Amino acid sequence: MKPAAFDYVIADSIEMAVASLADGGGDVKIIAGGQSLVPMLNFRLLRPSVLIDINRIGDLAFIEETGSKICVGALTRHYQLETSPVIGRHLPVLASAMTHVAHLAIRNRGTIGGSLSHADPAAELPMMALLLDAELHIASASGKRTIAASDFFVGALTVNLARDDIVTEIVLPKLPPKTGWGFEEVARRSGDFALAAAAATLTLSAGVISQARIALTGVGATPVRVAQAEALLVGQAHEPGLIDRIIDAVRAAIEPDTDLHASSDYRRHLAGVLAGRAVSAAWRRANESAT
Amino acid sequence: MSKTREITVTVNGAVYRRAVEPRLLLADFLRGELGLTGTHVGCEHGVCGACTVMVESDSVRSCLMFAVQADGCRVETVEGLAAPGKMNALQAAFHEHHALQCGFCTPGMLMTATDMLKKYPLENDDAIREGLSGNLCRCTGYEHIVAAVRAVKAKVTPGP
Repeated sequence: MKPAAFDYVIADSIEMAVASLADGGGDVKIIAGGQSLVPMLNFRLLRPSVLIDINRIGDLAFIEETGSKICVGALTRHYQLETSPVIGRHLPVLASAMTHVAHLAIRNRGTIGGSLSHADPAAELPMMALLLDAELHIASASGKRTIAASDFFVGALTVNLARDDIVTEIVLPKLPPKTGWGFEEVARRSGDFALAAAAATLTLSAGVISQARIALTGVGATPVRVAQAEALLVGQAHEPGLIDRIIDAVRAAIEPDTDLHASSDYRRHLAGVLAGRAVSAAWRRANESAT
Repeated sequence: MSKTREITVTVNGAVYRRAVEPRLLLADFLRGELGLTGTHVGCEHGVCGACTVMVESDSVRSCLMFAVQADGCRVETVEGLAAPGKMNALQAAFHEHHALQCGFCTPGMLMTATDMLKKYPLENDDAIREGLSGNLCRCTGYEHIVAAVRAVKAKVTPGP
């Protein structure tokens, strides 16, 4: 229950962090908030020879509004996202999702770059990145690149990052006008990882849905968007029969695992119920914002 | 044993300089190096909340942070809530409402409650329970802890 010995390097810039990663030959880990990494070190599930601490890179923690987008630095803490007025105004679904992440002491410390890179299959932030069509900025010793969230999550705890890559920023398009949102999660205890969670955004035009997004987490190796259900919503207005078809489409699109916490069938059931509620909440909020 | 690093940490207002191994958890630093055994170590993986302390005025799990990461930081532990022999309002409310039995979870409960009272409106018992849900107590059934936090909340925000 104590970590194995490691060498400790403080990176004071992204350049230094990626150079240290490239030098380390794969036996090196970045530590940001450490809220997922340190438990694994304490259990000795991981025994890196070097830890590179990026917490002192001041210009990695920011939330900036630029035109139609919100840029968030990788070292931004969950609590900052939860309480940022900019996020509250332009991406309220994200602020709401953050209140479901663990507990205050964890949210004070855990970072968005860390959560996205760790990619727990039941975590909220990867699902939000997928729902909101986020783009991730990635740096390595050989240069910079961007990748869509939809191409980033590969499997459970597995993302599209090379050994010397580091996530530096996430760029999120603001929700369009006349857009409502919903976020619904069921966890065994408050603050636990989701057994299943669903989030939706609906944009209205002339009284019908012009754009729909539905994302789920906890129902597979990665978060998922449910294109079939999204397509059913476009051009429609909310009514009970439509929600029933959404629920059916969500359940048909996923194949959740059975584990200690819930059976596959229960997760599929939950995902449908939660997606239906999230879509209904999004419809209600979209109409409120349209009036 | 890997090589040590020299760190300077201000704990409850006192400045401490120590050479520590990078792998030393902040919780073990506080207890083993500084003798501040009020911070309790329960699960050592961030689940039980017993080791919660303040770093730069934010509550954190001291089992999920290394002492070297606190270099240059201000840390407050349960020992810093009030002078020896005294209790602050929150501690007094825990006493008044019988919010502890064995006392193992109490330091973490106090530090968590301190941060949530500062950051959240805690408009009802559900919000208080949500805020305390990351701290495990195996004795009290939580009722009296919630009552203690509610009492402090009522004092700091008087009604209309």
